[in-house]
Amino acid sequence: MEVASLLQFERVMKKYADGTPAVSNLNLNIEEGEFVCFIGPSGCGKTTTMKMVNRLIDITEGTIYINGKDIKSQNAVELRRSIGYVIQQVGLMPHMTIKENISLVGTLLKWPSDRKEKRAKELLALVDMPEEYLDKYPHELSGGQQQRIGVLRALAANPPLILMDEPFGALDPITRDSLQEEFKKLQKELNKTIVFVTHDMDEALKLGDRIVIMKDGEVVQADTPEEILRNPANEFVETFLGKDRLIQARPDVTTVGQIMDTDPITVTCGTSLKDAIATMRERHVDTLLVVDRDGTLRGFLDVEAINLNYKKAAYVEDVMETDLFSVSEDSLLKDTTHKILRRGAKYIPVTDGNHHLTGIVTRATMANIVYDTIWGEGQELDSLTATT
Amino acid sequence: MQTFFTEHGTELLVKTWEHLYISFTAVVLGVLVAIPLGILFSRMPKFADKFISVIGVLQTIPSLAILAFFIPLVGIGKVPAIIALFVYSLLPILRNTYIGLRDVDKNVLEAGSGMGMSNWQSIVKVELPLAVPVILAGVRLSTVYLIGWATLAAFIGGGGLGDFIFDGLNLYQPVLIVAGTVPATILAIIADRGLAFAEGKLTSDGLKDSYKAA
Repeated sequence: MEVASLLQFERVMKKYADGTPAVSNLNLNIEEGEFVCFIGPSGCGKTTTMKMVNRLIDITEGTIYINGKDIKSQNAVELRRSIGYVIQQVGLMPHMTIKENISLVGTLLKWPSDRKEKRAKELLALVDMPEEYLDKYPHELSGGQQQRIGVLRALAANPPLILMDEPFGALDPITRDSLQEEFKKLQKELNKTIVFVTHDMDEALKLGDRIVIMKDGEVVQADTPEEILRNPANEFVETFLGKDRLIQARPDVTTVGQIMDTDPITVTCGTSLKDAIATMRERHVDTLLVVDRDGTLRGFLDVEAINLNYKKAAYVEDVMETDLFSVSEDSLLKDTTHKILRRGAKYIPVTDGNHHLTGIVTRATMANIVYDTIWGEGQELDSLTATT
Repeated sequence: MQTFFTEHGTELLVKTWEHLYISFTAVVLGVLVAIPLGILFSRMPKFADKFISVIGVLQTIPSLAILAFFIPLVGIGKVPAIIALFVYSLLPILRNTYIGLRDVDKNVLEAGSGMGMSNWQSIVKVELPLAVPVILAGVRLSTVYLIGWATLAAFIGGGGLGDFIFDGLNLYQPVLIVAGTVPATILAIIADRGLAFAEGKLTSDGLKDSYKAA
């Protein structure tokens, strides 16, 4: 057997007493240090899935392994102490001070009080909150501060795995944003494995190393945010992502191959300069790409080079410029755009793995993308102009 | 006034002591029985709701009648009086314990069990401390009522300040009635204030001020 993942779902199924399935046949491996977001419409089974991990909900069929160990073989209470848990409503103990709240799991594990105190101070420093807060009560803190404490409480016993149920869902957008960033940073620093349930796609895209999209108790797609944006598994995922997001995300995930002009104007080696000029005139361009017989890109030819050397040379390969910058089909449009802009180039030829010319990206191609991003696809633009 | 105290001074002290003894014994017994029962009930809410409404009906039986009913069962004297008053103290304490526990914020409980609290730890560390204000309000209510009702103990030979009142009624001596009533009232007020103070002391600072009593 290969090295076990930190968290493994194996044919996990949950049926409620009345027979309605909440989760069916879930298979998923989560690696150490991975930040996995479970997302889906309400009732899709994402929270149920999460709660089965710390046995707040019993599994009907199948097995969940943590570090290769079946969770059912462990005492539920002990198991929960070894897993961090953060909920949307925070659930700080209102009758305990912040210090007592942070070190609650320590209390359950019977840590000596100086160890608890030390740990509470360490943790508070992680979120840049001064030590005075240790003796305050939860109601004296703002919502954002309370959830920071909720997160610290989950980190107290240094569990490798933390379950989070829409932890930032009840916060105002600004606080949520800063907490998300803070937490993502913290997670990377401490290398925690996170199972994060949310219904907010932006949150999932921002935080997740991997996003598990669920619907009706089944996993529809489980992949990196980039891959999901690039290749939504089906219409449901597309709708769930929303059209705006897909269009906006396009420069980030679109490859050059998807948008390039596949019919660049070329000349073959061995063409005479006279014919090359004719082609230019015919196609209204001032530059030609030079390829050899099997389509390999050799260089480019512009009208100025022809002008200078018209008398001296006869064939295109004699005057063409071979110092040519090209990109491959699968490079990201985002990066390509940067290159074009930085070099001040008018275009970039696109080649496949064997250096065969397959297309071209020009500034006009990019301008089209910009239009699409801002005003939507062609049709929408048409309808937009029609109404004005 | 002066003559009353020289005549009845010692008797007044003895009766007041008896009164305290009867009512406080009943309350203490009530606390010892009703709080654990309330905790048990909080674990079976369906049954508890029915049971509490049935007891609620029993509670409406006039206290004098209850005392009378106990005579054939346990005879007369202090013990029957204490038993009857104890029965009366149960409901307010039981109901408040149950409600106090039931109304603890579910999110707090979920966070607790999610972090690995056993059922018992949840009761001791979370639910009871959070329910303290409500439970103690029940105890306070019971105590104040019982001090009042304990005057009826005299009716079945239990003694206490009720003796003065009954004597006064029988002998047409308003002074004796006042001598029974005023100390009983004072006792009730002192008990009320004392328990309110205890409530404040036992309630965590975190539950005061802006915390919305859940």
